[in-house]
Order: sequence, then C-alpha cells, then structure tokens
Amino acid sequence: MVHTDVHRARFSVRKASSTITLANRWDHFLARWGIKRNQHLVEPGLYALGNPTKDSPIFVTANYTLSFDALRSALRGIDGYILVLDTKGINVWCAAGKGTFGTDELVNRIELTGLHNIVSHRMLILPQLGATGVAAHEVKRRSGLIVEYGPVRAMDLPEYLKTRRATPEMRRVRFNLVDRLVLIPVELVHVLLPMAIAAVVLFFFAGLLASVAAVAAILAGVLLFPILLPWLPTSDFSVKGFILGGLVAFPFAVRMLLGSADAIWWSRAVWALIFLLAMPPVTAYLALNFTGSTPFTSKSGVRREMFAYVPVMALTFGIGIVLAIVVILIQGMGGS
Amino acid sequence: MLNSYTSNTLQYDPELCNNCGMCAIVCPHEVFEPGERTAQLAKSQACMECGACQRNCPTSAITVDSGVGCAAAMIRAALTGKKEVTCGPTTGPSCCGGDGKAGSCCG
Repeated sequence: MVHTDVHRARFSVRKASSTITLANRWDHFLARWGIKRNQHLVEPGLYALGNPTKDSPIFVTANYTLSFDALRSALRGIDGYILVLDTKGINVWCAAGKGTFGTDELVNRIELTGLHNIVSHRMLILPQLGATGVAAHEVKRRSGLIVEYGPVRAMDLPEYLKTRRATPEMRRVRFNLVDRLVLIPVELVHVLLPMAIAAVVLFFFAGLLASVAAVAAILAGVLLFPILLPWLPTSDFSVKGFILGGLVAFPFAVRMLLGSADAIWWSRAVWALIFLLAMPPVTAYLALNFTGSTPFTSKSGVRREMFAYVPVMALTFGIGIVLAIVVILIQGMGGS
Repeated sequence: MLNSYTSNTLQYDPELCNNCGMCAIVCPHEVFEPGERTAQLAKSQACMECGACQRNCPTSAITVDSGVGCAAAMIRAALTGKKEVTCGPTTGPSCCGGDGKAGSCCG
C-alpha cells in the first residue's frame, strides 16, 4: 500500500495551464528587478498542459518562473507535457552554461518522473540555448530518449511544431531593444547603493554638480548604454562606454567652465578636467560589465578587453579623483 | 582596431566530422553550416564560446574554451589573484550564482 503511494507520488503529473495570471505578472516584475532572486521557482517534475496523450510532445525547461511561464504561455491550445529540470531557479541559458540544465539532471529527471511509462514516443524538445549544457548523444545513450533542439525562443514553438524544423531565424539569438530594456531594472538595482553613497559623499565634499555628475556617469552605464549599445561606435564595449561617458561628461565640464562666475578660473578649469577624466571610466567600466548580459561576447574577447582597458579606466579615474582631492584641500585651506 | 572579438578559441577538425549536423543546429550565431560531407565553419568570428557545439559533437571534432564573458568575475579574479570563476560547465561557484546573489550576467 505504502509502496504504491510512493510510486504514485514519484510519478505524479502536475497540471499546468497557458494562462498568465496577475500573480504571475507580479512575480515576473519582481524577478526583473532582482527582488527575491532565489524565490522565482517552479517545482521540478512533469506537468501536463491541456489534455496530453501518449503521443503528445514533451517540452523541457528550467525551474525559473520566467522560463516556465514563457514556455507554457507560448503553448496555448497545444496539448503536451512540460518536463521541468531543477536548475535552482536559474534560466535555461545561464543554467546550461553552469551545467545545471545539463545531461545529468535531464537523465535523472526522466527517470524520476517515469517519463518512459507516460508517453509512447522517444522525443524530447529542448530549447536550443540549453545545448550548452546538454549532450544530445549522451542523453540518448543513457536514457534512450532523443533530444530535439527546438527554437531559441518559446514563442516560435507553435510554428516549429508544424514542421519540426527551425528556420535560421528561429535558431539565431537576437538582442533587440526590448531584450536589452528588460535587463535594465536589475542593472539599476545593482548600482543603487554605491550610486547613493557616491552622490552623498560628493555632495558634501564637492558640491551638487559633482554629485549629479556621479549619478549621470553611473546611469549612463546601466541605463543609456544598454539602450544605445548597437549605435555606439566600435566593437569593444569599453570603448563604447568611454565614448558615451565622454558625451555625458561634456555638458558637466562646460557647465563648470562657464558656470559660477565667483569661483577662481583655474579651479573651474581643473574641475572641468576632473569631470572629463573621472566620468567616462565609470561609464566604461559598467559598459564592460554589460558584456556578461549579452548573448554574443566571447570569453576570450572580454578578457582581451579587460587587459586593454581596465588599466586605462583605473588611471583616468584615479587621476580625476586625486585632482579633485587636491583642489578641495587647496580651496579648503584658502577658505579657512 | 578597437575590436577584441576578432579571434577566439574555437577549433574544428573536419577530418573527425561525421556530418551529423548538430553543431549547425545548436549554434545561435550560425558559426557552423551544414555541408555536403562535413560541417562547414562558416563564421568563426561570430563565435561567443558558449560551447554548445563542442558538447553536442559526438566525434569531438570541435573544441572551444567555453564560458560566458563575465567581466565582473574576471576582474575580481585578476584583482584578488584567485582562480577565475565563470559560468563554465565544469566550475563550481559562478557569476550566475547558485547562491543567487549573482552579478548581472544572468539577467
């Protein structure tokens, strides 16, 4: 008796629907802002979508709510099974890179869910971006099931299911404006605290303009940069960032030069120079960091960028800060 | 000039290829194309070193030093002198964090 219960519990199939509720949308919103980062989880296991039969397709995904919800909502009106792997709440692409969306977990999950007894076919449809972690030939050898890599985006699945062939367009990752915009909130959250500290410290020691300048340089890196990425010149993110940071710093330098007429001329000139030196590297550093969010920069390329530009960033920023301290000290002494 | 992404670690030996076509299927940048007898390395420069082709190549005709280009993790490693943690398939902790307090690389 106990045995059959355990058996049934192990092989239970949960129900899933294609409807995205208000609660789901709230969860997506929080996830996008990096709030409760570890809690956007779906229970791993097998889910029935609609009224699947023994011949219905099986779709594999990660146990991150954004991944699972993108899949189930794309499959509206389609009867099938969703096999959710335990990726610790990480999306397919990152989990595959880490190996948690991987061959071992997939083979293991197939066994745990008793998938062999539930369907009569042997095909599994995986998201293409899961291929970084899953070796299709090994899955076949170890489980007998055949991995079929579907399109990159879940929304292309209905079209894909008609022919079981992905067009080149479905196979390509893209990084369009919307793809980049959704990444901005979490980037913002990451810089919020350091930005607030920099703004407060600068306000007291260097004044309002310097405080606003720090905020502008940081926001340029995390907000403007992702938006403007394809239109900024050169291929290197650091250079793109330096250019953007320079453009943002320019009005601050001009404002300082022309600004408060009561200040001594050399002090205004040095402050203008400080803005031009210290702001661009901040933006450039944040821009370089954004490589990790893109689906096209290679590790060896990022490493080359790092060795080429991080020293330049450190140097220009360092000179700017030292100059600022010197000016503040000289003026402080003059004033007292 | 000003392009650090012109070369990468992707290596392909057509002599080992059995033309199963997997590399062309899994590549999100059309680096590989299906060929008549073997897969064709069409756009080597577009490779982002994700490693999907290597992992799904049953004859080990492809090798690539894979990992996401996570600058924050690399910079941390360079500064602290510790081993670089990446999102690579074989490493333990990573910038995509099991701990979830990850950097921006996992969106």
